[in-house]
Amino acid sequence: MNLDLIFGILQIVLIATTPLVFAGIGELVTEKSGVLNLGVEGMMLVGAVSAFIILVITGSYFLAFFVSILSGIIMSGLFAFLVLFLMSNQIATGLALTIFGIGLSSMLGKQYIGTPIDGLSPWFFVIFSFLIVFLVSYFFYKTKAGLILRAVGESHNSAHALGYSVIKIRFLSILFGGSMCALAGSYISICYAPMWQEGMTAGRGWIALALVVFATWKPERVLIGAYIFGGVTILQMNLQALGLRFPGQFFSMAPYVATIIVLVLISSNKLRIKLSAPASLTIPFYKGR
Amino acid sequence: MNSLFPSIVSRSQSSGLMNFFVPIISIVLTLITGSIIFVLLGFDPAYALYTFFISPISSTYGISELFVKATPLALIAIGLSYCFKNNIYNIGAEGQLTMGAIFGGGIGILFHDTNAFWLLPLMIFGGAIGGSLWGLIPAILKTKFNTNEILTSLMLVYVALYILDYLVVGPWKDPFGYSFPKSRPFSESGRMPLLFDGLRVHFGLIITLFLIFVSWFIFSKTIFGFQLKVSGYSPKAARYAGFNQTTLVLFAFAICGAFAGIAGLAEVSGPIGLLYRDISPNYGFTAIIVAFLGRLHPIGIIFASLVIALTYLGAEDAQLFLQIPSAVGFIFQGLVLFYLLGAELLINYKLTYKKLL
Repeated sequence: MNLDLIFGILQIVLIATTPLVFAGIGELVTEKSGVLNLGVEGMMLVGAVSAFIILVITGSYFLAFFVSILSGIIMSGLFAFLVLFLMSNQIATGLALTIFGIGLSSMLGKQYIGTPIDGLSPWFFVIFSFLIVFLVSYFFYKTKAGLILRAVGESHNSAHALGYSVIKIRFLSILFGGSMCALAGSYISICYAPMWQEGMTAGRGWIALALVVFATWKPERVLIGAYIFGGVTILQMNLQALGLRFPGQFFSMAPYVATIIVLVLISSNKLRIKLSAPASLTIPFYKGR
Repeated sequence: MNSLFPSIVSRSQSSGLMNFFVPIISIVLTLITGSIIFVLLGFDPAYALYTFFISPISSTYGISELFVKATPLALIAIGLSYCFKNNIYNIGAEGQLTMGAIFGGGIGILFHDTNAFWLLPLMIFGGAIGGSLWGLIPAILKTKFNTNEILTSLMLVYVALYILDYLVVGPWKDPFGYSFPKSRPFSESGRMPLLFDGLRVHFGLIITLFLIFVSWFIFSKTIFGFQLKVSGYSPKAARYAGFNQTTLVLFAFAICGAFAGIAGLAEVSGPIGLLYRDISPNYGFTAIIVAFLGRLHPIGIIFASLVIALTYLGAEDAQLFLQIPSAVGFIFQGLVLFYLLGAELLINYKLTYKKLL
C-alpha cells in the first residue's frame, strides 16, 4: 500500500464521519439534560433540504447554513414544546418528529431533486466538528452552567429544588441538539453529497442515536465512536471496491450490534449505569402547582 | 379577575371522556393543518382533501386496499398494546415484523415446490416464532442486564433489516431472478388465500380480527391482562401484590413480537408472495401511531388502523393526481401523532384559570 492511498482513505473517513459527530454531539447534549429525542433523522433531513433550497435560491452558503440551523431550531422547538410544556411521551414525540421530517423534507425538496450546485469544501466543518466536541466537553466538566445542565439530567427534582429552571435548561439543550442535527444534514446536502435526494441522510440519524449510547454519554467518546462507525463503513466500501466478496451487510449492522453490547456491559452493573446514563432520561418533569 | 394564561393542574383521576375525544380532536386538527399545507402549496384544499381521503376509498378495490394496509397496522398495534399497557417501550416492531417474514418466508422458500395444506399454517407459525424470538432479545436483556428496551429494540430493527438484505441478495436469491435482490416466489399453498376474487384483501385480515378479539378477552377478562394494567399504572402496587414483573416483560415482548412476526409473514405471503428488501413501508413504526391513536383499546385500534391506512392510500393518490411526493402521507402521520400527544395532556391534567384577585 502506498502512502497516497492511505491518505486518501483517511480523508474520506474524515469527510464521511463529520455529520455523525455533529448529530451525535447534539443528541448527547439533549440527552444529558434528561431528554431523549428520537427525531434526529427527521431534523437532519429537514436541515439538509432547507440548506439546499436556500443555496439554490440565494446562492449564499452563509444563508443556507443559517436557515438550515433555524429549521433545526424550529423542528426541535416543536418537540420541546410538546415534551416540556405538554409533558407528552418523549419516545412517541421523537418518532413523530422523524416521521414528520421525512415527509416534510420530501415534499419541500421535490422540485430540487437533480438540481446541480457547487459543493462547499468540507474541511472547515471537519475541523469545527472536533472543536465543538471539545467545547461541549469543556462546557460540561469545567463550567458551572455545564454542571447545572448535567444536574438537571440526573435529578430534575433536586435541580428544581435548588432553584434552577429545569424547563428552560432542557429547552435550550433540545434546541442545541436540533441545530446540530440540522447542521449535520446541511453538511451532507452541501459539502458531502452535494445534492438533494429523498431520505438522503440514509439512517445516519439512527447511527447518531446509537453513537451517544456507545459513547456512554461522554463527549470525547462520541468522537472516537463516530470514527469507529464511520471507519467501518468506509473500510467496507473500499474492500468491496477491491473486489472482495463478502456480505457488507454485516459491516453495516456492526454499529447497532456494538451499541447493544456496550449497553449490556454498562447496564449490568448498577453503579456503572449510574455513572453513564443520565438518571432522568425520558422522565417528564411536572413541578405541580 | 382571572389570569390570562391557563395553568396545568393534575387530575385526580384520568378523564374517560377525554380519552374518547382526544383522538377525534387530533384527527380534526390534522385535517385543518393539512388543508392549510395544501393551500400553501397552491392546491384547492377541498379537491386535495378529496383526492387524499375520499377518492382512494370510493371503489370496492379501494376499500379492499384500505383493509390490506390496515391489517398489519392493526395486528402490530394490538401486539404493541401488550407492551405499552405495561409501560414497556418496545419500539422495535419493525424488526420483529422483518424477522417474522424471514422465518416464515424462509419456510416458504424451503418448500417453494411443495403444495400442501400444512404449508401456510407452518409459515404462520414460523413468522410468530421469528418475531417473538426477536422480541425476546430486548426483553431478556432488560430483565437480566437491566438494559433500556427502547434503545435495544430500536437497534435490533436495523440488524434485522440488514439480515433480510443479506439473505435476499445472498443465499436466498432467486436463481432464476436475473440477479434482482429477491427470493423465489412461494408456492400457491404458501400464499394467504384471497377473501374475494379480484381483490387483494387476504386471510391475514381474519387472523388479525381473531387476535384482536383474543387480546380483548385477555385484557378485560384474565388475571394476566389485569396484571399488565396494574403494573403499568403503578409498578409499586404491582410489586406489593406480588406480580412477577420479569414474567410480564417477557410475555409482553414475546406476544408483541409474535403478532408483529405474523403481520410480516402475512405481508410476504399475502400481497407480495416472496421475500425482498422493502417488505414493509414502515408498518412497524407507523403501528406505534395506531396504538396511541387507538388508546390501546381493541376497538380503538381497529378504527385507528383504518384512519392511518388511509394516509398510505391517500399519499399514493396524491402522488398520482396532484404530483405531490407520496411521502406527504408521513406528514399527516406525524401531525396526527403530534396533536394526539399534545392533546393527551387533557386526559391526565386539566387547564384552569387561576384567580389573580
